[in-house]
Amino acid sequence: MKFDVAILGAGPAGLAAARAAGRRSASVALIDDNVTAGGQIWRGAPRIAVPTGVRFFPQTRVFDLRPGFMLLTESHGAMEASRLILATGARELLLPFPGWTVPGVFGAGGLQALVKSGLPVGGKRVMVAGSGPLLVAVAAALRTAGARVVGITEQVPLGRIVPFLAKYPAKLPQAFALRARLLGVPYWTGTWPVRFDEGMVTLSGGRTVAVDYLACGFGLVPNTEAAQLLGCRLDGGFVAVDSRQETSVAGVYCAGEPTGIGGLDKALEDGERAGAAATGQAVNPSRGAFVRDLAAAFHLDPRLFDLAEPSTVVCRCEDVALGTLRPYREWREAKLMTRCGMGPCQGRICGPITNCLLGWSAESVRRPLVPVAAELLSKDVLQP
Amino acid sequence: MTPSPDVMIVGAGIVGAACAYELARAGARVEVIDSGLPGGGATAAGMGHLVVLDDNEAELALTKYSVGLWHSLAKELPAAAEFWGCGTVWVAADEVEMAGALAKLSVYRQNGLAAELLDERQLYEAEPNLRAGLAGGLLVNGDAMVYAPVATRFLLEQSKAKVTRAAVTSLDDLKAGAVVCATGAMAPALVPGLRVRPRKGYLAITDRYPGFARHPLVELGYLQSAHGDSNESVAFNVQPRPTGQLLIGSSRQYADSTASLLEPMLARAFAYMPGLRACSVIRTWTGFRASTPDKLPMIGRLRDRIYLATGHEGLGVTTSLGTAKILTAEILGYAPPIPAWPYRVERFDV
Repeated sequence: MKFDVAILGAGPAGLAAARAAGRRSASVALIDDNVTAGGQIWRGAPRIAVPTGVRFFPQTRVFDLRPGFMLLTESHGAMEASRLILATGARELLLPFPGWTVPGVFGAGGLQALVKSGLPVGGKRVMVAGSGPLLVAVAAALRTAGARVVGITEQVPLGRIVPFLAKYPAKLPQAFALRARLLGVPYWTGTWPVRFDEGMVTLSGGRTVAVDYLACGFGLVPNTEAAQLLGCRLDGGFVAVDSRQETSVAGVYCAGEPTGIGGLDKALEDGERAGAAATGQAVNPSRGAFVRDLAAAFHLDPRLFDLAEPSTVVCRCEDVALGTLRPYREWREAKLMTRCGMGPCQGRICGPITNCLLGWSAESVRRPLVPVAAELLSKDVLQP
Repeated sequence: MTPSPDVMIVGAGIVGAACAYELARAGARVEVIDSGLPGGGATAAGMGHLVVLDDNEAELALTKYSVGLWHSLAKELPAAAEFWGCGTVWVAADEVEMAGALAKLSVYRQNGLAAELLDERQLYEAEPNLRAGLAGGLLVNGDAMVYAPVATRFLLEQSKAKVTRAAVTSLDDLKAGAVVCATGAMAPALVPGLRVRPRKGYLAITDRYPGFARHPLVELGYLQSAHGDSNESVAFNVQPRPTGQLLIGSSRQYADSTASLLEPMLARAFAYMPGLRACSVIRTWTGFRASTPDKLPMIGRLRDRIYLATGHEGLGVTTSLGTAKILTAEILGYAPPIPAWPYRVERFDV
């Protein structure tokens, strides 16, 4: 299968890119891991639709990318594309605190995804904790699914959220609409969980709350692995792009969270630009400042990095505790000596944690992009 | 100013670390220098299989001696070094290879090494995930596995050697009574003309499948791959980690071959263990062995105060401890613990 443009990720950025590229080209592929388009957060929303004329490949995991470009997928074999748009989104930042690995604690987006795929939460007491605008969206979705949301804790003090919202009044209706769905739910600012033990969350400040589930998310980490595998340059942990969303590798474009955490509107604008640029259309300039302001408003309180105890597990795949990592000076050294980051998630979870807690930065990405059956790696796609 | 050390070792892989350990035990003041992390090069890229090989007498002598040293060291190693006396199962595909296994058995027994011939049924009892129709195999009891990066660090710590992270561009510029080049496949950068060629190998590691393989498994044709000089070769070589993860190898190719051997290597593994097809691979990587024309290491004096400890091909972890004993004897002027002439540097022109 050969396409003019292949788009990785059918979230807001990928869908916008598909729409823009589809205006000019009849040969656009949109590829996503999930059953439906929309991305981690907006999946299933009624206004999400794959543009007509675009070939949509749902439930299609890309496990390798080769120059030129070749995409190796689990379910559709090798696909070729002249141009590539990476709209790979972001994952949650999880931070360790005593009890964060026991049953009952979830990633906030992770719990939302489980609910979408059928986990019953009716009548369950859920606390949503962490940082960022997504917490409120997750809490609202959980309540709609029947959960008793017992509280939202946001680590940012109210004094920083108010000026941020004041600067972006366009976001207010959305914020109020979500809040309206959460009437009666306490929203504790400047607060975070410090411990979870036998169904009891202890919050900073000392309050304890009984819950069935604790859903945590301390912001977003960009999914840059696909870009790194292709050799795209990163800048401060994000994929570096020019004003047309093109990366340092010619023909590879990147849109949405991997180029800077900015949420829905930024993703839609990025995607439009990337899709247009990849098909030779004129491109609107970027508006910029929101990403920086969002990061400044929701930047993490350093006290969050001191919650873990020496015995608190940091790498869940290989069961490595913080105290085991302390003697080492860098990620690769710790990885070699403790096997931290060597498990199935390949450091996707613990890499960002050690970045926050220990100041380490993870190294280059190795094939495959996702765990894949050995049989698929044994097929030499480059040989006729 | 601190006085210059008796011995400066260039290269903090398993071989350099073992040399530091042995020289320090013999009383020398040792320092180690490497541009990368200790144990972070070929040491980390390999499987950590401690294996006696019998392609020729010199190889047998060095591997047997070294595996014995590993067993002596085992009780001192930290738990994270994951020393595991798991043995090796050599797999015979047909009656011809079974005859080879029988010959191997007799060589091992003559050398005082415990080994058991496995018939078809016993092979299945030992390793139920091998495919049907194999002839049998040979279990070599004394072989083992180790997580080499941690062993490397342990040896360096025990040596109390100062370890400096810096690039070395000239051996002659280093101030020390003796300088040891233990930079594996990169040795020719410091010793131009040295008959060491990088020989690339691919490896894959899977998610955890406890019990799927119980011993390191190697096809009897492996020696053909390791010791032949073909430009590209693969052999069935699957090894379980203590966690149940499976390391899948092995491949060999010189620098003039740019083909990916990952695919044929995996295909070879499936031919012996069909169930591997469905196992989830979480990471693949490559590393470089230091290969000499006769596949034996170079251990000893190169010239003046410059010594070599390189060229270990696929046996760097296995033979590191024996290498260190031989080199220490030479530097300090003792008799070597085993005859050292087969590994001497001057067997090749530099």
